[in-house]
Amino acid sequence: MQNNYIRELEKTANQVRKNIITAVYYAKAGHPGGSLSAAEIFTYLYMKEMNVDPANPVDPDRDRFVLSKGHTCPGLYGVMAEKGYFDREELKTFRHVGTRLQGHPSMRLLPGIDMSTGSLGQGISCAVGMAVAGKVQKRDFRVYTLLGDGEIEEGQVWEASMFAGAKKLDNLCVIVDNNNLQIDGTLEEVNSPYPIDKKFEAFNFHVINVEDGHDFEQLAAAFAEARTIKGMPTAIICKTVKGKDVSFMENNAGWHGKAPNEEQYKIAMADLERIGEAL
Amino acid sequence: MSDVKKIATRESYGKTLVELGAKMPNLVVLDADLAGSTKTGEFQKVYPDRFFDCGIAEGNMMSIAAGLAAAGMVPFASSFAMFASGRAYEQIRNSIGYPRLNVKIGASHAGISVGEDGASHQCLEDLALMRMIPGMVVMCPADDTEARKAVKAAVEHDGPVYIRFGRSPVPVVFDEDYEFKIGKGSILREGKDVSIVANGLCVASALEAADMLAKDGIDAEVVNICTIKPLDDDLIVQTASKTGRVVTVEEHSIIGGLGGAVAECLSEKCPTKMYRIGVRDVFGESGPAGELLRRYMLDGEGVYDQVKAFIED
Repeated sequence: MQNNYIRELEKTANQVRKNIITAVYYAKAGHPGGSLSAAEIFTYLYMKEMNVDPANPVDPDRDRFVLSKGHTCPGLYGVMAEKGYFDREELKTFRHVGTRLQGHPSMRLLPGIDMSTGSLGQGISCAVGMAVAGKVQKRDFRVYTLLGDGEIEEGQVWEASMFAGAKKLDNLCVIVDNNNLQIDGTLEEVNSPYPIDKKFEAFNFHVINVEDGHDFEQLAAAFAEARTIKGMPTAIICKTVKGKDVSFMENNAGWHGKAPNEEQYKIAMADLERIGEAL
Repeated sequence: MSDVKKIATRESYGKTLVELGAKMPNLVVLDADLAGSTKTGEFQKVYPDRFFDCGIAEGNMMSIAAGLAAAGMVPFASSFAMFASGRAYEQIRNSIGYPRLNVKIGASHAGISVGEDGASHQCLEDLALMRMIPGMVVMCPADDTEARKAVKAAVEHDGPVYIRFGRSPVPVVFDEDYEFKIGKGSILREGKDVSIVANGLCVASALEAADMLAKDGIDAEVVNICTIKPLDDDLIVQTASKTGRVVTVEEHSIIGGLGGAVAECLSEKCPTKMYRIGVRDVFGESGPAGELLRRYMLDGEGVYDQVKAFIED
């Protein structure tokens, strides 16, 4: 039974990856690398963790999700299509003129997007604001925000973390997609934010390290633990592989913000098809 | 005008927040370690559970305000104009402006009347910066009465609003029965020879200058424009058509603020000879507020001299 539900999540994550590649291919632009690395995180949040309903995307009691690393919205759109916010076919409009699927998420255009993001470092602060609102309104919704590991070089991330820790926002769950690559290279080559866990600890977070952010059992355990933490926010640091499951994109910074051509698209979809069939 | 009652508009702001707090359970107030100066501390005293001091981190404060608004609260976020509009510009643009969130920004200590703190704290660019953001309402009240009414109008408006307040006490110009509306200016004194369009503390200077001009036989019309965006184009065109000469007066750079807005309006709708009084593309400096207003020719006498020179040119 347990195994079954994990298998279902794995199948969904595989479909989310196909959605990512499709969206970026049809857009001829976008950010596949960091979308693919977070496919399991997106899938777990929307399919298991969060109390959200595509039929009522403005429910004041719903859990909130802020994609602080807004450029990886192909992953978010990919899972939203699977959850039923819109038809999979709409993914092909990503980044096209007139689309609801903007290059970075717009809450004004697409129901289900809780915050417009794209400028790195700001989304976590917006999530903190929502968590404060939850406390003032005495509602029990939880707020989740996904950050890139390069993104945490932004000073605002630590301003937000200082505030969240100081105000003991235990309804806030920060997730870091630690794929170790940013545009200009590895994190250490650019400007190392390591040790990430120690930094969040210093800002009074409960920190959970997930050794394999593509393993649903590990993700399930981490999110379950986060729910039990009272009096402080939680940070879940997930080690992941940038470009995961697309052979030529894995661990390659060059695929941070580039679309595959037709030939590459076919190889990518065949890779994902093969992985999907094995599930 | 020494017998006239003077109140700093930041005092009006603090007082009005407390008043609104009683009626609006969803109103929250944020500050960045300047609650005593911006006067949001008045709200904090009465509603400590709805006041959040974000510490010295203005960018974070603006994005937190965005999150609060997205979750149905009505947040006021405050700091000095320099740090609210300047330091946190991009957070206001992207977290608040782009998603058109219902955040109210109360920016105090604007302009050179900050005084002794000097140029680093004397924001002369905020109105220009805020005016550029699509959907942002930008207001610069002239006195206590207008400031209180502007804050109340801001919460009635659904969308982002920037309101500029001053540190120094300024003369009370408006009566309590003044009907304030966002986007509507008002004629404070009718005249036919020249229009003096002003906002903020420069409204009092403009009225004083008009009295002095009258003694020289110059009949000046004084127009108050609290809302720089959306601008009351009709009133600007009306007064320009009537007098044929327009002078703007503001405690702001002559680039991009009231002068810029009026020039944009008139050049398209009613080309008129104009002169912009303000800070002429320089930084401020330390000194008592009154002496600085004299030095930068933004007091009654300074406005009089410049209007006179413009007319005689």
